Amino acid sequence: MLTPNVLRRGLLAATITATLAGGVASPVFAADRELLNSSYDIARELFATINPKFVDWWEANHDETVEVKQSHGGSSKQARAIMQGLKADVVTYNQVTDVNVLADAGLVAKDWQQQFPNNASPYYSTTAFLVREGNPKHIDSWDDLVADDVDIVFPNPKTSGNGRYTYLAAWAYADKTFDGDEAKIRDFMKRFLHNVKVFDTGGRGATTTFVERGIGDVLISFESEVNNISQEYGDDQYDVVVPPVSILAEFPVAVVDEYAERNGNTELAHDYLSYLYTEQAQRLLAGFNYRVNNDTVRAEFADRFPKTELLRVEDVFGGWPQAMKTHFESGGILDQLQRR
Amino acid sequence: MNTLASLSGASSKRVLPGFGLSLGVTLLFVSLVLLLPLTSLVGQLSQLSPAEYWAIISAPRMVASYLVTLGGAAVASLINAAFGLLLAWVLVRYEFPGKRLLDALMDLPFALPTAVAGITLATLYSGEGWMGRLLAPLGIEVAYTWVGIALAMAFTSIPFVVRTVQPVLEDLPAEVDEAALALGASDTLAFRRVILPYLWPALVTGTGLAFVRSLGEFGAVIFIAGNMPYETEITSLMIFVKLQEYDYAGASAIASVVLATSLVLLLALNVWQGRFVRRLHGGNA
Repeated sequence: MLTPNVLRRGLLAATITATLAGGVASPVFAADRELLNSSYDIARELFATINPKFVDWWEANHDETVEVKQSHGGSSKQARAIMQGLKADVVTYNQVTDVNVLADAGLVAKDWQQQFPNNASPYYSTTAFLVREGNPKHIDSWDDLVADDVDIVFPNPKTSGNGRYTYLAAWAYADKTFDGDEAKIRDFMKRFLHNVKVFDTGGRGATTTFVERGIGDVLISFESEVNNISQEYGDDQYDVVVPPVSILAEFPVAVVDEYAERNGNTELAHDYLSYLYTEQAQRLLAGFNYRVNNDTVRAEFADRFPKTELLRVEDVFGGWPQAMKTHFESGGILDQLQRR
Repeated sequence: MNTLASLSGASSKRVLPGFGLSLGVTLLFVSLVLLLPLTSLVGQLSQLSPAEYWAIISAPRMVASYLVTLGGAAVASLINAAFGLLLAWVLVRYEFPGKRLLDALMDLPFALPTAVAGITLATLYSGEGWMGRLLAPLGIEVAYTWVGIALAMAFTSIPFVVRTVQPVLEDLPAEVDEAALALGASDTLAFRRVILPYLWPALVTGTGLAFVRSLGEFGAVIFIAGNMPYETEITSLMIFVKLQEYDYAGASAIASVVLATSLVLLLALNVWQGRFVRRLHGGNA
């Protein structure tokens, strides 16, 4: 006869056995291969969602297990780490310039933008505005930002890729509006920069300043970031404004050939980046408020991304290297505009 | 320390064996931890011609950042000198419940990641924060102004003053000030003529260390400074900006200015303190 005590002991034993068995069955052991993805600061949640799906997808077609590891940080800092020896297989950044730096150093192929579709940018975004509920200052486009009573928050273009996009978007807008009249553009940019209340060093810092500290009438950041904040805090606190004209922000990816080869991961690295272009991954990306090129997914998310004219850095500024040199280098136009 | 040890007539018996060995280990350690990074800094600098170097460090925006940093550090150090002395006095001379806790709290600014300190201060002193809301009606803005920079610097460097003054004060018996009072000195006179001269070297050293620490502070300050060009940009931010531009030589150039300033200051403090101690002990300086 089973006494309660014996029963309990039996249950305990069963539990332990099950736990042990489960321990063996679950993938606690190291994967056959590891892939290191060096990425930008605010992509943590994104790749935490994408990576497991990629692993399933890849293992379904191959007879080995893989694990994708992530490294996150400001993307210029990430690129510096790779140049100083961090053996990353792939990079997924939010700035073309940071991949160019790696290409200049010979770690990434010179023609990296031709190796994957859409300039090697599986998803893209633009700069958009987050305003306080009801849009009390009536901010609908860039020219509303230069009014005397508007306080702006966006990260420092000197330290943040996000901030550089905002600066370039404002310039591109002014360039279009004033038909290339440089004196007028500069005057517009001076007023724009004059309204900046706080220059944080990165995108998340600017978000904190606007949301937690209540500074400023408008936060300018990536459309994806702005939408994520609005969803997180509830749209009864903030409104998202996507200006009718803005800049195309590409999120470039590349294989770090030098290290991928050494790690024996060349094929895996290419497959990982190609996976980002599949319908499955594009749907995940759109879920994080990034714009994608896959037609089916675009149609599904059409109402989330308002139609807007996206100007290209290549067209307005003659490419990133040129834009960096003219605007952001020491003594460049940004420095001149900020001079007292 | 050496001076004090020799004055108290230290015995010739050494605790650590082998002068050669201990000096060797010391030099190796100093080389690895201090000299190697410094050498690589100088190596970066050698890529610049003197004219380029001068152009970088004398740019108007850079000069503005020196002034902001020096001004903030000076105010922070003066505040710390006054309050650090007071804190050390309270911790040494009085018994009260929670004294040990307060003593332990003094080291918190050392232990706390400076970025956390900066974010916390910015939260407290912004227009929406507890302190910010109290100060706003008085027309005082702390967060994102020059005041915030000084505040953050004061926070991260106060342990230097307290921890330097405290042991010296512990060596000064309470009988000394009692004697001064018994001999007819007023409270202020006893403090000015008896206690302060005794604490002076420690206080100046502590304040000097706090000042030097503030010059290089980055994490705590950038979160509470508005980082506006010419107004609230500190020198360490300018170094960070140069690094973002992959301009290592430029970053090293600015770093060398901060480093040289700190080094001169520390050296001056050491020399001055040596003289002071000798004079205090009646040596022929």
